[in-house]
This record gives sequence, C-alpha cells and structure tokens, in this order.
Amino acid sequence: MNAALAELPPVESTEDRQSLLYLDGITVSFDGFKALNNLSLVVDPGEMRAIIGPNGAGKTTMMDVITGKTRPQTGRALFRGNSDLTQLDEAEIAELGIGRKFQKPTIFEMHSVQDNLLLALKGDRRPSRVLFARARRAELERIGQILETTRLAPLRHRPAGELSHGQKQWLEIGILLAQEPELLLVDEPVAGMTDAETEQTAELLRRINETRSVIVVEHDMTFVRALDVKVTVLHEGSVLAEGSLDHVSADPRVVEVYLGR
Amino acid sequence: MIAERLGLMRGLAAAAVVLAIGFAVGGLSLLPAESALHVPGYGVTLTGKYLCYALLALSVDLVWGYVGILSLGHGAFFALGGYAMGMYLMRQIGTRGVYGDPVLPDFMVFLNWQKLPWYWYGFDNFLFAALMIMLVPGALAFVFGYLAFRSRVTGVYLSIITQALTYALMLAFFRNDMGFGGNNGLTDFKDLLGANLQAGGTRAGLVVASAVALAGFLLACRHLTLSRFGKVLIAIRDAESRTRFLGYRVERYKLAVFTFSAVMAGIAGALYVPQIGIINPGEFEPANSIEAVIWVAVGGRGTLVGAVVGAVLVNFAKTILTGAFPEIWLFVLGGLFVIVTLFMPRGLIGLWSSVARRLRRPDSGGTPVLKPMEAGE
Repeated sequence: MNAALAELPPVESTEDRQSLLYLDGITVSFDGFKALNNLSLVVDPGEMRAIIGPNGAGKTTMMDVITGKTRPQTGRALFRGNSDLTQLDEAEIAELGIGRKFQKPTIFEMHSVQDNLLLALKGDRRPSRVLFARARRAELERIGQILETTRLAPLRHRPAGELSHGQKQWLEIGILLAQEPELLLVDEPVAGMTDAETEQTAELLRRINETRSVIVVEHDMTFVRALDVKVTVLHEGSVLAEGSLDHVSADPRVVEVYLGR
Repeated sequence: MIAERLGLMRGLAAAAVVLAIGFAVGGLSLLPAESALHVPGYGVTLTGKYLCYALLALSVDLVWGYVGILSLGHGAFFALGGYAMGMYLMRQIGTRGVYGDPVLPDFMVFLNWQKLPWYWYGFDNFLFAALMIMLVPGALAFVFGYLAFRSRVTGVYLSIITQALTYALMLAFFRNDMGFGGNNGLTDFKDLLGANLQAGGTRAGLVVASAVALAGFLLACRHLTLSRFGKVLIAIRDAESRTRFLGYRVERYKLAVFTFSAVMAGIAGALYVPQIGIINPGEFEPANSIEAVIWVAVGGRGTLVGAVVGAVLVNFAKTILTGAFPEIWLFVLGGLFVIVTLFMPRGLIGLWSSVARRLRRPDSGGTPVLKPMEAGE
C-alpha cells in the first residue's frame, strides 16, 4: 500500500486523534485568487456534515483538496489522524476510503447499471489483477443489496445512460457505496431533482450515515433542513459559521453573505 | 453475461471469416494459372496488404475506440516493426547484393562504411528480429506513454504529440547516416527463413500468416475488451476522473493498452514489408497514421470488427480509384471522413446494426424494452 508512505507520526492533540477528517490551515490560490483561505474544519467519525455557502465560497475546491485533485499551497488534511491527504493522489485516497460524488452526475453511461457497480466494488485495482477478474457470486449479491438501497433494482441490466437524471444521481451514490468508503463526499446531490426525489435522497443519505460519515455540499435549504445535521457555512474560502441550521441562520454575517439574498 | 457471450461469438465469426479469406486466397493462388479459380500474384499481394492494414486499424481502434486515446502516430509503430523485419531481410541477402559484400547491405557499401553499426547486430537471426519487431515499437510506446500519461496529457494535445513523434522519426530515418538506407529505405529482399520471397508458395504462406495474425489479435482484443479490464478501459474513455476517484490508476491502464497496441502495429508492419518488398521513411509520414484513423472511423470506432471492415473497404476503394482517377483519391478520402463524422458517428458497423435492429423489431424503434430482473446471472 502506497498509503503507508504518507503516514506521519501521530499528532499529539486529542482532537486530531478523534477526528475522521481534520483540515488544518488549507490555502489554495489560483493566480492570486484565494479559493481557500486558511480553511480549518473537523469532521468526527460517523458524522454527517452539511456545507453551505454562496457560489465561489470554495466548497468544490475543498472537495478537490480532500480527494487529491488539487494540491493546496499550505496546510494539511489529516484523515483518521495519520494520513495527510495533501501528499496522496486520487487513487491512493480512494483506497484509503474516501468516495466522491460529483456535482454533475458522473457515471459510466455505456455500461449497464450492474457493471457500473461492479467496477466500483472494493477490490484490487491493479491492471494485472483486473485482467483476469471474474464476477463472483458474492460480488453480484453485494450489487443486489446496493441496488435495493438505491431503488435501482429493476434497472440492473439497463445501460446507465438511459436512466433519468435522479436515477443517475442515485446510481452515483450507489457507486460510492460499492467502494465501501469510510467518508462520502457528496456534491449537490439534489440539484435538478423533483421534490419527491429530494425527500428520498435525504432519506437515503440518512441511512448511509448510519454506517458511514458523510459530507454534503448543497444549496437547497429545504434539503439541508431535512438532513437535520450540523452545518458549516463557507465564505471566501474559510469558515464563517458553524452549528445547527437554526443557529447559523440566525447569524447576522451569514444572513448578509448568503441567506439574506 | 449474455452480451459478453454474444460479443465473443461475433469476434469468433469475424476471425473465422478472416482466416477463411487468408487460406482461400493463399490456397487458390497455388492452383495452375489456367484454372478458373486461380488467384494471380497481385491479388495475393493486395490481400496480404489489406490484412496488414486491417491489423494496424485494429491496433488504432483498441486505443481510440476503447480508451479514447486518439493516436495520430500509430504509423510510426507499424513502420518500426517493418524496419525490424526489413533489417532481417537485408541481412539474408548476403553475397547476392550488387556489391556482393557478405555482411554489409548495399547501401552501407555505397556510403563507404567499413563495418556493420552495432544496432544491426543480431538481425541475421530470425528469432532476434522477431523479438525486435515487438520490442522496438513496444519500448517506444512504453516510454512515450509513460511520460505522456503520467503528465495527464489527453485529447488533442496527445494527438498532436503522437503526430510529432512520427514526423520526427520520418525526418530521422530520411538521414543516410542513421544507417537505415536513407530515403531509399530497405529493399531488394531475397528470402525469408530460407524461402524465396518471389515464390508463389512463400507469398501464399505470408498471406496466411497475415490472416492468422489478424484473426488471433481480433480474438485477443475481443476478449480483452469484454473482460473487466476492458470495462475499466471504457470507463476511462467515458469518465476518466470518475474512474480515478474509484481508485483505478488510469495512467497504468492507458500505458498497458497503448504498449500492447503498438506491438500489434509493429507486427502488422513486419508482415507488410516482405509482401510489399520495401520499407522506406515514407511509412512514417503523418498522413499514413491519419489514414489509419479514417479507416477506423469509416468502419465504426470501438467495434474492432469495424476497424477491419473499414481498413479493407477504404483500401479497396483506394486501389480502384488511384488506378482509375489518381487525382481525386485524396478528395474522396477527405469527403469520406467528413461524411462519416457528420452522418455516421458509429461507422458502417453502427449503421448496419441499427438497420438490422429495425428490421428485426419494426415496432419498437430500436430502444431496448425493460425486462424483468433475472434471477442470478
């Protein structure tokens, strides 16, 4: 495992050891523009966290840093207190147990729903192993469970490209589940969904949160309210406020930059 | 896994057709000339040439159709395989050359070289040459691919540097002091493994060998693309970053397939050279590599069989048109590419399968119906 290379000596502070994800003073600038400005954030094991904030607040950049797509200029991102994500690449981070759902549903449109999940199932990703891999009964059963969870069971053999927008979003969440990550990053899961689908998605995420930690970025306040979890408000690349939705909604600074508009 | 089995059957059928053509043309060419079924010598050479082009097209389709790497430089791997074979054939000439030197090929004697350059050593041995036919294009593709894929060069940028690669090689091979015969290239071959290259039996054997190679790689590629490995390739083609975030090392997959594809192209070039009788730097011309991409586009990208069909049909048209109206061929080729890109994005195979589907189910307009879930697999 390459992940071992990135292991750092245990950090002393008790907060670090308990947290699942600890972003510590992360700064990312693009041509002088600071997308993230000394951002610090702690997510506990088993927690579900909603991240809100106006456009350009740095929500997607934060996800890019956590998943290894963007390297910050300064700061650390400790996962389980010992792996610094800023030193790893996408594949290593995925192997560590972090899954990501993109803003625009990103699935393999030409593959069947089943094959989408088959490729996502936890397993050896090396080309030499994948070349001779055959679908095992256990894998097909696991896929069946995920399809039940995401309400896609009747569509198992359909090409994923034929699914509706909402179904594609669920399939992508299913892909994340198949990876068996410890932490799911979910970027705007209900964008473009009907009210009924939004409600079902909130239900789905709550069920996922029973066994895994989740970070959700979302604009839809009804949805965030339905999740009923701790909310972090980002503004200009750093944390503006944190707490329950009612608590942050009452914060005059939050109202000014975001909710009041 | 019904789709997989169907795909494999189709691959088997295509390979069987290729083999049948190879053996038929090879066998019939050995009939006496007055027989009605006799295939004349030029027909044998033409068939062999088409089969080699089809193998080149197959190698292009594997990287372009399944991984989305649009290589505009696959002709370079084809030519390198061809040169490796040409070097072996040159060393078989021995004292039968114009200058009669037992070791040095004619062009080296002409350039007043005293001894064989080190990189010509070993090419008198067929097994060594066969190894180089695969190793040289493979190694170049590996080094090139390692640098390009690690730096995440994709799309049009990658296409441009592959084009630059083949262009640079063309300029290098044009130089006399490279030691590959300069612009004349390598020619005047006499025999291969002791068999006279002009003899009907040898030519029949070469056409059969080309068919066997094409059929074999067709099956290998079909198997590869239907495996889970192949599913990862398609995943990379359609959503590269999603594949990366699932934990796949995209660059390793690309590198493996690109290298394998270059080896295929090298073998195609090696089979081509003894049948055509010459290899020169013109084979590195960027236009050749682009033409190979057009064959694949015409036949149907990402179908394997389409690459073979496209290569054969376009080259058949080229043979006829360049004979009858040589000046219009390039316009036809260009027009063909535009028409295929605009109106037949899935090529002839795509056209054929949508027509076939409509004929089979006139009512359902081609969209698959939702079937109840099957128990197990």
